[in-house]
Amino acid sequence: MIRVVLPAHLKNLARVGSEVQLDVAKPITQRGVLDALEAQYPMLRGTIRDQRTGKRRAFIRFYACEEDLSNEEPDSPLPDEVVVGKEPFLVVGAMAGG
Amino acid sequence: MSGVRLLVGTRKGAFILTADGARREWEVNGPLFGGWEMYHLNASPAAPDRIWASQTSGWFGQVVQRSDDGGRTWEPVGNDFAYEGEAGEHLWYDGTPRPWEFKRIWHFEPSPDDPDTVYAGAEDAALFQTTDGGKTWSELPALRTHESGPGWQPGAGGLCLHTIILDPANKGRIYVAISAAGAFRTDDGGKSWLPINRGLRSQGLPDEDAEVGHCVHRITRHPSRPDVLFMQKHWDVMRSDDAGGTWREISGNLPTDFGFPIAVHAHEPETIYVVPITSDSEHYPPEGKLRVYRSTVGGDEWEPLTNGLPQANCYVNILRDSMAVDTLDPCGIYFGTTGGQVYGSADGGDTWTAIVRDLPPVLSVEVQVLP
Repeated sequence: MIRVVLPAHLKNLARVGSEVQLDVAKPITQRGVLDALEAQYPMLRGTIRDQRTGKRRAFIRFYACEEDLSNEEPDSPLPDEVVVGKEPFLVVGAMAGG
Repeated sequence: MSGVRLLVGTRKGAFILTADGARREWEVNGPLFGGWEMYHLNASPAAPDRIWASQTSGWFGQVVQRSDDGGRTWEPVGNDFAYEGEAGEHLWYDGTPRPWEFKRIWHFEPSPDDPDTVYAGAEDAALFQTTDGGKTWSELPALRTHESGPGWQPGAGGLCLHTIILDPANKGRIYVAISAAGAFRTDDGGKSWLPINRGLRSQGLPDEDAEVGHCVHRITRHPSRPDVLFMQKHWDVMRSDDAGGTWREISGNLPTDFGFPIAVHAHEPETIYVVPITSDSEHYPPEGKLRVYRSTVGGDEWEPLTNGLPQANCYVNILRDSMAVDTLDPCGIYFGTTGGQVYGSADGGDTWTAIVRDLPPVLSVEVQVLP
């Protein structure tokens, strides 16, 4: 299972707890994880990436294993620790005031 | 006794304020969707417990929430607002072309007779519609693709379509207003649009009486007089007696004719309300006195309404969608401020009380009368 942690506002929107667990088809990529996330929680469509282009929203970041993966290609494999469920894939709202 | 429900959108969540028909004791519920910008909540006249809410965030974009039980529970519905065909370009603040880009929904206008049909006004300016209860949204593209569209330029708040007026007696007729393109009317359900800005003069434009480009802040009208429109423009309060064909200024003796909202009394079609704001560079009431101005003769002659409103050291603003009237008798009037107060009057504006004082900045106020 792939573990995904969402920012607080998206946890509330999707009505989920601290962590989401997803079945994702291999190879495990950012696109595959987000596809599975949006399939299970359709209310998240458009809140993380553009519904048409798939482009990450400007103030969203993707982290895992203490690395910023935000600008990795969507079809690049995710780290092994994420693939085996040891580490979560973090969807983060970028730090900004307001 | 009938009840009243206020739907209040704020910069950090939504609030629902309820009272019985006396409108003296209020219950405050919220925040709903805490932390999100709630641009507008509006209920279906055909199904009063169905409420639509525009939930937005600079981080997470646009979400649309729908309640079918008067705001107790909510479900997210469709939020895919895609411009029809090639989106094209409009002018940016600096005068360069800029691709049309969806940012948020400013205003929902539910159909008067079909609970599943709602119009939505977007930034960047466009009119969307759902006919399936919010599952899907489609654009009425003839407005955005109007020949003047490439020349539309955003106002300070963005290139937003903020006013939608439906005509229950004439299904094909819709009015919209866009900052800063002006007012438009369709008579064929959105297939074609006519700029209706004749008579408006704006000193910020190189051609003061241009056909488009005016910063219209709000338009309203009384349901019994479908061709009589009242407008609060950036500067100037205006009136049209021919469905927007021509406008004339009715600012009269107002202390300043800059402002955002405008409302019309529920039972007196010639009684209108505005809240004068000092200027386009000082968005607060003149002299620190919060005064609603009322005209009972359709404009030109105005009286200040101050009883219960702060008359010293008040420097809030009242945004364009933040004033509403109920249909009880006497007519109730409500407005919210950027200081987080929601004021109400249960006697047509003669006396006011603060229903609640310390909400986040108020973006919108709508009111429903419940059986």
